[in-house]
Amino acid sequence: MEVTFILNHIKVTYNVRPDEYLAESLREHGILSVRVGCDESTCGSCTVLIDEKPAMSCSVLTAQVEGKHVTTVEDIQDEANLIADYFSDEGADQCGFCLVGFALVIHALCREYEDPTDEEIKNYLVGNLCRCSGYNAQFIAVKKYLAEVKKHVKK
Amino acid sequence: MSKSNLKVVNNKTRSVDGHAEMMGRPLYTDDYAPHGSLVCRMLRSPHAFAHIKNIDTSKAEALNGVKCVLTYKNVPHVAMSRAGQAAPSPSPIDKFILDEYVRYVGDEVACVAAINERIAEDALKLIEVEYEVFEPVLDYKKAFQNKTVIHPEEGISQAFEMGFRPKDNVAASYEMQVGDVESALKKCEVVIEHTAESQAQAHAMMEPHCSNARLDDHNRLVIYTCTQTPFHMRRILAKTLGMPLNGVRIVKPRVGGGFGGKQAFHCEFFVALVTLRTGLPSKMVYSREEVFGASYTRHPMCITMKIGADKDGTIRAIDCRALSDTGAYGEHALTVFMIVGSKVLPLYNKVDAVRFGGRVVYTNHVPAGAYRGYGAIQGNYVLESAIDILAEKLHMSPIELRLKNSMKEKETSPIFEIMGEGTKGTPMIMESCKLPYCITRGAELIDWDKKYPRIQVGPHTIRSVGMAIAMQGSGIPYMDMGSSSIKLNDDGSYMVTSGATDIGQGSDTVITQIVAEELMTSVDRVTIYSSDTDLTPFDVGAYASSTTYVSGNAALRAAQKMKARLIREAAAILEVKEDDIDFDGKVFVAGDKSIKLADLASRITYSKDMHQVAVTESFFGRVSPPPFMAGYVEVEVDTETGEYQLVNYVSVVDCGTTINPMLARGQVEGGIVQGYGMASCESVIYNKTGKLLTNNFSTYHIPTHKEINKLTTEFADSYDPTGPFGAKSVGEIGIDTPPAALCNAIYNAVGVRINDLPITPEKILTAMKEKEEKKEQ
Repeated sequence: MEVTFILNHIKVTYNVRPDEYLAESLREHGILSVRVGCDESTCGSCTVLIDEKPAMSCSVLTAQVEGKHVTTVEDIQDEANLIADYFSDEGADQCGFCLVGFALVIHALCREYEDPTDEEIKNYLVGNLCRCSGYNAQFIAVKKYLAEVKKHVKK
Repeated sequence: MSKSNLKVVNNKTRSVDGHAEMMGRPLYTDDYAPHGSLVCRMLRSPHAFAHIKNIDTSKAEALNGVKCVLTYKNVPHVAMSRAGQAAPSPSPIDKFILDEYVRYVGDEVACVAAINERIAEDALKLIEVEYEVFEPVLDYKKAFQNKTVIHPEEGISQAFEMGFRPKDNVAASYEMQVGDVESALKKCEVVIEHTAESQAQAHAMMEPHCSNARLDDHNRLVIYTCTQTPFHMRRILAKTLGMPLNGVRIVKPRVGGGFGGKQAFHCEFFVALVTLRTGLPSKMVYSREEVFGASYTRHPMCITMKIGADKDGTIRAIDCRALSDTGAYGEHALTVFMIVGSKVLPLYNKVDAVRFGGRVVYTNHVPAGAYRGYGAIQGNYVLESAIDILAEKLHMSPIELRLKNSMKEKETSPIFEIMGEGTKGTPMIMESCKLPYCITRGAELIDWDKKYPRIQVGPHTIRSVGMAIAMQGSGIPYMDMGSSSIKLNDDGSYMVTSGATDIGQGSDTVITQIVAEELMTSVDRVTIYSSDTDLTPFDVGAYASSTTYVSGNAALRAAQKMKARLIREAAAILEVKEDDIDFDGKVFVAGDKSIKLADLASRITYSKDMHQVAVTESFFGRVSPPPFMAGYVEVEVDTETGEYQLVNYVSVVDCGTTINPMLARGQVEGGIVQGYGMASCESVIYNKTGKLLTNNFSTYHIPTHKEINKLTTEFADSYDPTGPFGAKSVGEIGIDTPPAALCNAIYNAVGVRINDLPITPEKILTAMKEKEEKKEQ
């Protein structure tokens, strides 16, 4: 079947099986930033944004995104680069397999909350697993990044 | 040497790869699979132990799109060990690529390669297998000399005597004794005995195991794979498949975490055989269920510690007996077992006598293998709980008892000489050991004196603290070798090729820093490429906490050699003596003569007497200086439900110089949380027929952002003269203390000691109720 959607601002039409999931379709079409860690929506590595909301692309049927906006990290490169600065400065990046998912979730968090509490941040990040960092440095990095974003918004 | 004038090492340096990873570049193994690769899927055993009486693959082979089906009938029948270790193998040689026996639910039966995943999955359903099902061994305490023999087959062996007795279900055994433990214990005024068990923790790295293969322009087999040991893999794969070593190339791209789980073989044999048979590129990616249920786990163990001491708190004797479950195959059976003794018992080095021994048995469970901590975490859990029990009996503070008896600088333990990894060990003096500082500083940071043992903070809420100390090693002496090559580019920058295997821990960054420091340049002038058996020099790989120490020393030597070579080059050009040259990383100066490095590089490449400057150096350890740490945990326990929260985990670590302080912190904190997961929530449950039920992230809970509130990590000021710029290892030490520290903290809170991991609210509440009932009687 044909599915037409907006991928990173460009209209695309994929020919997919009805039971094909978005992560598979995107990887098949060369969007290799989508990393599949569990294939059962439990780890967050394959996160994309669907109409600006984080979604685990391993568990969304490609057919479901007909007409929708799908954003991958390719579309937020400057932002991902900046978030990576904060992660690197805290030593919060190790194997890196989870990082794309975090970049997209942090992007969405910034847009959904103006001034999130620690608990709101943790609730937002809870679906993205990381086995390397121990989370502490990541959390500090995210807080510092959010503070920086807030400064710019105020200006 | 000192740390004071370091400019790159021990300074804040960003990782060399983090940005590319976050920006989503194609970097990992599966990103390199050629488009249109055949997809390999595995038919796995539904039985815990069975013999394949008959296997019919004809219907699967006839399915349109299926290119190849592998079974035990058509693959080489050569025994090997998948463990990914040095030669001769210190693990039993007890595995065939595919076998007519299947020994756990999930064991490999047949591999299908098809033009897409869907067809491969459909083909698996068409394979007809007739099994003769046997009674499995599912309790490792009943495995020894069980009537069910898990490895009855011919052709399996041990490379040297390690107690391998397959007819008794014993993969390995080990015994050692210093002094006379029995008589030393008899003389002690206080003796305690403590037994506890730990579970088959899952590695749960984020990137599932995967490999892909193709033939190159020389018709050689090229495998991209997420491995910790590319060079061991090349050796074992070539030998098992009967190929020349140089007919195989293993490329390790970015790896999405390993923790020991990627030291061994997973998909590599299958993609290799499929590509060799079909001539087509192929790939295999494990499902998360396969990662949990068909790769490796930590060795579950039951350990008993008997400790004898005088009333003044002098520990006189330790007797440690252990039973380890290696599951269906013996990968790392002996070596993990020996670490239970060799990297735990020397913590208390002033004893008159110490004994260690026991067996590693086969069962019909998912095989166990290498896992960060590697026996030390299992041993530490029981020893460090036992030390708290002893302290209570002696009416001493647990801190005082540890300070009195634990390892100090310039001291040693006879265990170092007796026990190595699989073989004899190496004597060594602790040239650096800041353990007493780690203990006292940790107590300050957690505010022990105010909080120990507990504070009531609500009607049914208690805050308590607990602690443990630990040690690890830095590579395997006289066994682990690493190498680096450095070549000068024509603009004066450097290209480093290193065998060191970056699996996410940051070794590429650390080696870049070491080279930049020695060559007095910045990290952006040094480019590193690591772990490709064609292009980089040999390195054993990322295991045994060896990379910073072994590979780092190799990189340092290579940089020293490059510096000497450059000075020689400059001396020739300037027509002065080498001794007269001052080099600051940018310019060579001798009196009034000088040449810039960039000009030298350009001149020797393009202008005069042209040649390439390149050096290679290697290193192997003569000792394995242990990192040490003290871990302190504060928890808040709800006495009505048994639930508890992690309030803070304080780590004070002596890993020598931290080459990269941020990455070192990441190693410690990542280890703490992985160890805390094992201690608190990572339950492993099998059903009655031996199927692993906890085989996804819904049923196997690993810590998330929500459980981790505060981690406090500090490093002791320490310098090991044998390490690169004073560094020791830091990869494993972080994981060791959480089980014992948490167990001690829960005891300090509610007076019950949970002696099997993980420490769940259910177990706490049940133990509290039992204690209450006993009191009433």
